[in-house]
Amino acid sequence: MTAAIELTDLHKAFGSNRVLRGVDLSIGKGESMVIIGGSGTGKSVALKCILGLIKPDAGTILVNGKDATAGDRDAFLAQFGMLFQGGALFDSLSVWQNVAFRLLRGADKLSKSDARDVAVEKLRRVGLKAEVADLFPAELSGGMQKRVGLARAIAAEPQIIFFDEPTTGLDPIMSGVINELVREIVVEMGVTAMTITHDMSSVRAIADKVAMIHEGVVQWTGPVGQMDDSGDPYLDQFINARAEGPIEAVR
Amino acid sequence: MTALLWIDHFLASIGRSVLALLASIGRIAVFAALAVSHLARLPFYAREFGQQLLQIGYFSLPVVGLTALFTGGALALQIYSGGARFNAEAVVPSVVAIAMVRELGPVLGGLMVAGRVSSSIAAELGTMRVTEQIDALTTLSTNPMKYLVVPRVLAATLAMPILAFIGDVIGIMGGFLVGTQRLQFNAATYINNTWDFLEFEDIFSGLVKAAVFGFIVALMGCYHGYHSGRGAQGVGRATTNAVVSASVLILASNYLLTELFFSS
Ligand SMILES: Nc1ncnc2c1ncn2[C@@H]1O[C@H](COP(=O)(O)OP(=O)(O)OP(=O)(O)O)[C@@H](O)[C@H]1O
Ligand SMILES: [Mg+2]
Repeated sequence: MTAAIELTDLHKAFGSNRVLRGVDLSIGKGESMVIIGGSGTGKSVALKCILGLIKPDAGTILVNGKDATAGDRDAFLAQFGMLFQGGALFDSLSVWQNVAFRLLRGADKLSKSDARDVAVEKLRRVGLKAEVADLFPAELSGGMQKRVGLARAIAAEPQIIFFDEPTTGLDPIMSGVINELVREIVVEMGVTAMTITHDMSSVRAIADKVAMIHEGVVQWTGPVGQMDDSGDPYLDQFINARAEGPIEAVR
Repeated sequence: MTALLWIDHFLASIGRSVLALLASIGRIAVFAALAVSHLARLPFYAREFGQQLLQIGYFSLPVVGLTALFTGGALALQIYSGGARFNAEAVVPSVVAIAMVRELGPVLGGLMVAGRVSSSIAAELGTMRVTEQIDALTTLSTNPMKYLVVPRVLAATLAMPILAFIGDVIGIMGGFLVGTQRLQFNAATYINNTWDFLEFEDIFSGLVKAAVFGFIVALMGCYHGYHSGRGAQGVGRATTNAVVSASVLILASNYLLTELFFSS
């Protein structure tokens, strides 16, 4: 079976800042992969490389066995949903228009009222009331914006969804709701998910597999069940949140 | 020895600046070509275009109108006092009209709109770049060139001639008010003199200029916003660069266009 996403020897540098230095990673179809790693190690950059938002310096990216940089961009991007780390909501549009953005455009677009119904339903799934639909992003709290971004990512029911820190800035109950939602999407809809998170309880709730990025490469990857007795000193330090270990605190 | 070294550094830095300038002219040209090529291809975002027409066109009316009104008035006074030196006070109405329509209406209007619109476009697109909204557009299968740049450039290109025309009329009216209230011109004679000497080409050349200026204004706003650096500082720099480059390009292209119309 071909993997949903296959990264081989991915490199990316910004000037002298060598962020990705040969990332190899494979994610199976319908699998939930969680990426962990220190702040600034290039997790977000890796996701953006897959989507073509950042051009990698070297390496190959295969999506469903096909080269991600070749072929029809629109068809390629239509497979994806993406929650950006900062939400990236369009502040000139109301909440429901944000969520339904893709549904209102393109070849098989919905009518306005149908799109709105879908948007309200997706908002409910991320724990937001229907009243929020007509507000503007600037009128929402940070955690609410994050959840609107989440609703937008799942609205068009894509086959592959990237979540960049879905639970950061949420209260514990909401985090639980979102973890469950991600899990549900993967199990019920067979979606392939790639989630970046710093929240270890999220990792355990969401992941089938875990990959840890450190110093530009995948330091460790494996099923979530093997995470605790991996024997990898870097991973151990990270998941047990220890200040002492091979990973330096100042980077 | 150190003096030579210093001269060497100095020349090298001039060379670098020239190269950087040429490179950015090249990038802007590519960006402009891309924008125009997207204009010719579907989809066309009509709603965004309508919004921009309102933002750029309608809401610039007060600025352009006031600029034209005061310029027309000042022009009448200047031409009167200049004309008085060789007993040619009677040229006031026709010279005010010709200067307004051919030069000052489009150029001053263009510069005012550059200040108002280039900056706001650059700030808006720059913020969208910095907060990843432009990336988000792309992932939602919407080409930011088509969704953001084309509506703005098209709206400005179409709105600017209309603004300039309104500015022409108001500017001439400013001259008329000063001429009849301050300079004792007879109202009917003033209007007759204005009409008799104004030719279609005067108006036409001014409107063509205005369209070019509108294109420049939106293009510079979009270009600098789209390529904004990171953070608030990046957006600030994009905004400044947009206004400065739009203004300089307006004045430079005004000379070239005037040369073109003048020699034909
Ligand atoms: N567009 C860019 N231009 C220049 N440098 C960038 C750009 N995007 C990211 N970087 C740099 O790449 C590095 C990795 O950034 P990235 O956002 O991927 O980190 P991250 O692993 O997602 O961290 P966090 O967990 O804090 O979100 C950082 O040093 C950052 O400064
Ligand atoms: Mg990140």
